[in-house]
Amino acid sequence: MIALIDYGAGNLASVRKALRACGAEVFEPTGADRLALASAIVLPGVGHFGATAALDGAWRSAIGARLEAGVPFLGICLGMQWLFEGSDEAPDTPGLGCLPGRVVRLPDRTETGDRLKVPHAGWNTARAASGPGQAPGIPGLGDGAYVYFTHAYAAPVTESAAAITEYGVPFASAVRRGNICGVQFHPEKSGAAGLAVLRAFIDGTRS
Amino acid sequence: MTPVTGAFARRLIACLDVRAGRVVKGVNFEGLRDAGDPAALAARYDAEGIDELVVLDVTATAEDRLALARTVSAVASNVFIPLAVGGGIRSVDDAARVIEAGADKVGVNTAALGDPALISRIAGRFGSQAVVVAIDAKRDGGRFEVCSHAGRTPAGWEAVAWAREAESRGAGEILLTSIDADGTLQGFDCRLTAAVSDAVGIPVIASGGAGSAADFVEVFTAGRADAALAATIFHDATCRVRAVKDALRRHGLPVRL
Repeated sequence: MIALIDYGAGNLASVRKALRACGAEVFEPTGADRLALASAIVLPGVGHFGATAALDGAWRSAIGARLEAGVPFLGICLGMQWLFEGSDEAPDTPGLGCLPGRVVRLPDRTETGDRLKVPHAGWNTARAASGPGQAPGIPGLGDGAYVYFTHAYAAPVTESAAAITEYGVPFASAVRRGNICGVQFHPEKSGAAGLAVLRAFIDGTRS
Repeated sequence: MTPVTGAFARRLIACLDVRAGRVVKGVNFEGLRDAGDPAALAARYDAEGIDELVVLDVTATAEDRLALARTVSAVASNVFIPLAVGGGIRSVDDAARVIEAGADKVGVNTAALGDPALISRIAGRFGSQAVVVAIDAKRDGGRFEVCSHAGRTPAGWEAVAWAREAESRGAGEILLTSIDADGTLQGFDCRLTAAVSDAVGIPVIASGGAGSAADFVEVFTAGRADAALAATIFHDATCRVRAVKDALRRHGLPVRL
């Protein structure tokens, strides 16, 4: 059973619907202690980073313990950003901090001075990050796949970046460290390319 | 000024104007005729490569309004691309109802003109990415007059000023419809689109008047639109999604294929 964590930040219904359409059994834990029942964890989210403050001490330690135990984890949008140390969007709200780096606002100009619309809302490509020491790819995510984004803040490209997208600057559109995966885009809203990521994640929870 | 960056795709959006559970389409906001089942049309557009869907409730009665949640749920149950829903959204509760039914974004129009703080209230609850402010504008000499009540009533705002106001109150996108061009198949109003797109930092969706693939090329270049929406030509299949995307790509505009 995949635990889908409801902390009041947005796209829960869409993610639940997409996971079930991909064949997953999903439950929404009523408290942090229920995570012990989970074979995998999905942390959704869309909107303001401040909403992650609802993931209080009990949730932080329960999620942290399950991640340590090797339980597969997928963070989506805010759920991915929360893996980092924090975000300029809500400086007083700490992230889980299991990935180094801070989430920052996207620029409103390109390097050549052209204006950029923020939020980055729409379809963009996710290119596999490559290089020595770089994180492996996200299962199911094709190199160069078009996926759907809607966000104004983004995570830096560090060793944890599994895929990179350009919008004014390069940012981490997917991250991975062992059993921990995160995607900035919305696999539940990215058509066939997104459903492939969810299916691969679900398959990984069964092996 | 066109916000070109890497592979960021120009979005094509199909609009389903829905009344009592059926898709309808009129000309210049009037003379509605039947154009099919919403869920079936949504699935067809998804298969053809549409980037996003808008369901617009054009009903007047409370009974039809109740049918909207069922329509949204039917559309969202087998299509996994962004879905915006508008028409008759007057409160945070109205927004919550369609979001629970499966919408990712809600469109507000008349109610926001009467109560601009509605934009902030919905954005505060669901995030700015969930709020699309729909603006219906009509040419009036050299200016663009915003109209409410499905285009019938002058709202006392100039389009650029209202778009800026909407942005400052937390709108995540602007859906800009030219009342003059709507349903005419004579092309988008690129002057209107460019004026609004240049004035705001959020994405602008151009709507009204699409008649050919060339019209989309024009609205993404001269009109500086971030996305473009059409109904009639997609419903009638006079112009296919793929044909529009091929034309955009030939002009160097990135699209999702």
